Amino acid sequence: MFKTESILQRHAFKTLALALMAAGAVSAQAQEVRVMCYQDGVECDVTAELAKKFEAQNPGVKIVVDTVPYKTIVEQLPVQLAAGQGPDIARVTDLGGLSKFYMDISPNLKDRKYFDTQFGTTAAWLSPAAGDKGIYGFMSQLTMTGPYVNKTLFDQAKVALPGPKATWDDWVAAANKVAKATQTKAAMAWDRSGHRFAGPAISNGAAIFDAKGDLVVDTGYKNTINKFVGWHKDGTMLKEVWAGSGGSTYADSIGEFINGNVVMVLSGSWQINRLQKDIGTKFDWEAVPNPCGAAACTGIPGGAAWVALKTSKSPKETAAFLSFMAAEANYADFIAKTNNIPAHAGLAKKGVNYTSAQPAAKAALGVFSGGVANLSPVAYKFQGYKYNRAIMLPTVSRVTQALVGELSVDEAVNKLNADMQDAVKQAQK
Amino acid sequence: MRFLAFFFNLLEPVFALSQKWLGQSRLAWLFVGPNLLVFGLFTFLPIVINVFYATSAGVALMPADRPFSGLENFQTLFECRDYFDFQTCRKDVFWRAIGNTLQFSVIQVTLMVLFSLLTALVLNRKIIGRGFWRGVFFYPVLLSPVVVALIWKWLLKSQGVFNAALVAMDHPPIEWLTDSHWAFFWTIFVSIWAHMGFYTLILLAGLQAIPKDVYEAALMDKASPWRTLTRITLPLLMPNLIVVLVLAMIRAVQVFDEVFVLTGGGPGSATTFIVQFIYQTGFAEQIHLYGLAAAASLALAVGLIVLTLLQLKLTRAKDAGQKVR
Amino acid sequence: MLLKFLTRTRHAQRLGWTDALSYAYLVVGLFTLFAPVLWLLMSSFKTESAIGEFPPTFLPYTQRTVQVDNYPQPLPLFHVTLDDGQVKPMAQVSRIGIMATMVDPEHPQETVQVKLLQRQPVRELKFAFNNYTELFGKFAFGTYLFNSVFITVVATVLTLLFNSMAAFALSKYKFTGQKTVFLLIIATLMIPPTIVLVPIFLVINSVGLLNSLWGVILPAVATPTGVFLLRQYMLTIPDELLEAARMDHASEWRIYWRIVLPLSAPALAVLAIFSVMWRWNDFLLPLIVLSKSEFFTLQLALNSFQGELNTQWHYLLAMTVITLLPVTLVFAFLQRYITTGIASAGVK
Repeated sequence: MFKTESILQRHAFKTLALALMAAGAVSAQAQEVRVMCYQDGVECDVTAELAKKFEAQNPGVKIVVDTVPYKTIVEQLPVQLAAGQGPDIARVTDLGGLSKFYMDISPNLKDRKYFDTQFGTTAAWLSPAAGDKGIYGFMSQLTMTGPYVNKTLFDQAKVALPGPKATWDDWVAAANKVAKATQTKAAMAWDRSGHRFAGPAISNGAAIFDAKGDLVVDTGYKNTINKFVGWHKDGTMLKEVWAGSGGSTYADSIGEFINGNVVMVLSGSWQINRLQKDIGTKFDWEAVPNPCGAAACTGIPGGAAWVALKTSKSPKETAAFLSFMAAEANYADFIAKTNNIPAHAGLAKKGVNYTSAQPAAKAALGVFSGGVANLSPVAYKFQGYKYNRAIMLPTVSRVTQALVGELSVDEAVNKLNADMQDAVKQAQK
Repeated sequence: MRFLAFFFNLLEPVFALSQKWLGQSRLAWLFVGPNLLVFGLFTFLPIVINVFYATSAGVALMPADRPFSGLENFQTLFECRDYFDFQTCRKDVFWRAIGNTLQFSVIQVTLMVLFSLLTALVLNRKIIGRGFWRGVFFYPVLLSPVVVALIWKWLLKSQGVFNAALVAMDHPPIEWLTDSHWAFFWTIFVSIWAHMGFYTLILLAGLQAIPKDVYEAALMDKASPWRTLTRITLPLLMPNLIVVLVLAMIRAVQVFDEVFVLTGGGPGSATTFIVQFIYQTGFAEQIHLYGLAAAASLALAVGLIVLTLLQLKLTRAKDAGQKVR
Repeated sequence: MLLKFLTRTRHAQRLGWTDALSYAYLVVGLFTLFAPVLWLLMSSFKTESAIGEFPPTFLPYTQRTVQVDNYPQPLPLFHVTLDDGQVKPMAQVSRIGIMATMVDPEHPQETVQVKLLQRQPVRELKFAFNNYTELFGKFAFGTYLFNSVFITVVATVLTLLFNSMAAFALSKYKFTGQKTVFLLIIATLMIPPTIVLVPIFLVINSVGLLNSLWGVILPAVATPTGVFLLRQYMLTIPDELLEAARMDHASEWRIYWRIVLPLSAPALAVLAIFSVMWRWNDFLLPLIVLSKSEFFTLQLALNSFQGELNTQWHYLLAMTVITLLPVTLVFAFLQRYITTGIASAGVK
């Protein structure tokens, strides 16, 4: 036994020594820019293509695109950054929470006015402090939360789609009728996310912020929770999505939608590419405008942003690559290939030619883009608030406890409040 | 072999020289040295750092950025309006997790030991292909917890094999993983499934070490099978049983990987165990409450030590009692 | 009677009903323990659509497709029971809700509306090997394999070395602080690694081993179980051997290397197997230490399939089978050492 081990060891040692030396030699020559990327569709693959283009134009710079699961961005990246480690660029969604790690690239930009004009409206989301004029990156996409419906099932049940001003109750009633007629498992499902939940909550009249600008769980929010729990109890909602996990782990409902287990889901515009790829011609699907509540018919804007990070060891090259990706032609290419809504002001006005989008995807993009006008100002504020996780995460965990019967809705709301206050207090220390 | 000899020759003068300086008995420190160094740096030091985290507040990662807060984190953990109703506790999920963990440990360890013992007794008989059967029962131990959980998650999903079998038998499908009682059952089942083989082997080794003449003497005394089992086999197996009990209990209290992948702690907090609570508090949420997580982990460590000592005391008492008879 | 079977040990004269019971128990155990893995293996050969089917089948079947004139893509084939009772093979153009538009391959001009319940898919046995081959193209499989192998082999060697040295010192010497050291090492069994994750990350970061394979290898080398196992075994080595060697002026290192280590071979083998198993399956430590993709291990890559796109079960299953293989092979070769090893080292 020792014989075989030693032979293996000997060879492995030799090959490794060579490999390490080789690796060391290569990396010493080129300036490296590391990009940590996650994708819902093909965002990282497209970025890798753009990276090759950039490398061709800029010899001596190497761009490495690491595709990681979303979980890594959410859980591992903040820890690394806090320890002083990390990539040069990352595609992040917790825009406010990570802002203290962003690097200002404006000193290295040739034309900062371009950024100000084209990405100005969303720049505030990336600022570490109010009024900060630095440029820390740009939105890789503009997303909006909103529902998708299985049109085929509606047709089969001979139920008409409710109109653009229909309320959540109208939609629930319609979807229930469809589910019963077509023997679908459940009428509706929402992504297991406080971010998704906020849309209907705000539509229902939740103000999210009190007069001082702090987070508050008001009657509107409570009523939405009540309704949501009720819909689980009467079988409207698919139990697996929210009840299938514990804590505040994210789970999407799109998988169930694609498998035909649910008539309608509340998700977002970033799923368009995936829907197109995975549903194909199995059934007809449509994006519909956000249903209304007492106060609004809103979703929540958002998106993932490319940000430059303070841990970068090659700030000039980082700024150069970000500028390259933000350039109109390249950005348009990215948007078209990933079927996303552009955050670029010019492109939003001009429109993008979605070459790979089939009719269903094109229509969905149209619905979401059109819905931007209906976004409530509370939704914008919510998205830009630094500590919005403090209300989003406890919502998921406590509401789940309510709908599996561990807590009553009142208890859940109280605990939600307590968790939220605790989190904000600790975050501000 | 040549490489090994080279390595040996390289270190011999080092040790020989040290032996001259330190003397034979103190040379032992040099042998223990590398292990102790790694252990000190990567196991002991983190525990000390953990204590610092437990006594500091805020969400910063670097200890230097954390304000000292004394016992505030422990206060948060243990703050309850009514100590008999954990719903009123500030960190009710923490207490729920402890309750779940205790329930899980007691049930799982009991069943695990029983099944391991049963299997070991069966494997101890003269059966054909004993090596093969041993392999079969030990096999799941080699699988990583993630793989184990994925296999079972996939079998138990609402459109998986188990429900297919139910439907074929005209029974409505059961929500195996979204019903709190079933989910709890499956966490126990899956962890026994994955680890039973390890304990079976320990007990089997113990059984095989019992000399045959003991049994022959018992037969000659016309002892009944029950007597043989309780008066001879079990007492002689006691050392191994103690090892199994203690190890199983420690592992049960620390359960995390399989359950986290299988149920995510759900539904609600039905299968949230203490290590998951700590992981969630410190890592998973984007507002990292490192201090609270560290405080909870220290509480867990203390609890585990107490539990193990208790276990050892109880089993040693039983052991001594048996010997007297 | 039941107890008789439980307590009987070696001598079986004829096959009685108690033996039958024992074999029954073993067979049930075999089924419970192997069936899930077998299911996994079989399903890893199914195509993506076949995996999502309900009710699922054991063997990998896929639907036969047929090329029909006027239609560019091959269409899936079904046996359709028409209203007049005839059963005809027809190809499906599209499916909407509970109605399917189907066409007779021999008369491609006309389409017929058929209810879903009237049709049965025509299936054939097909092993989707492309699940495996596509994996290799999907990402840098070779690199991840190398990383996993490197970490496992080097870590095992270091573990064997360090732990045996420590066990040697703790079993064959008497020195002050010996008991404390031993107790400390054992006490760390009480701390689940998950809990000290953040501090371990900080320590690894400060010694500069982040994003390095050594950052995964070194921290877990000082295993308490290994030290415990080896110490128990070395205690059984008679001291006279060592005394005799000392009288021949052998140095302590020589005694360790030439006498104690070879005699501890069974226990070393057991530790080696465990170490291979732990390191190959290790997930949490690589997760926090490695964030640059060229250093990822196979287990990390496996996790990435699970997290983001839950629907890619076919790749996930194939990947799971692949990560299972090395451990299975190691086990198959060395399983006899395990029982002899545990037998001698486990009993106090």
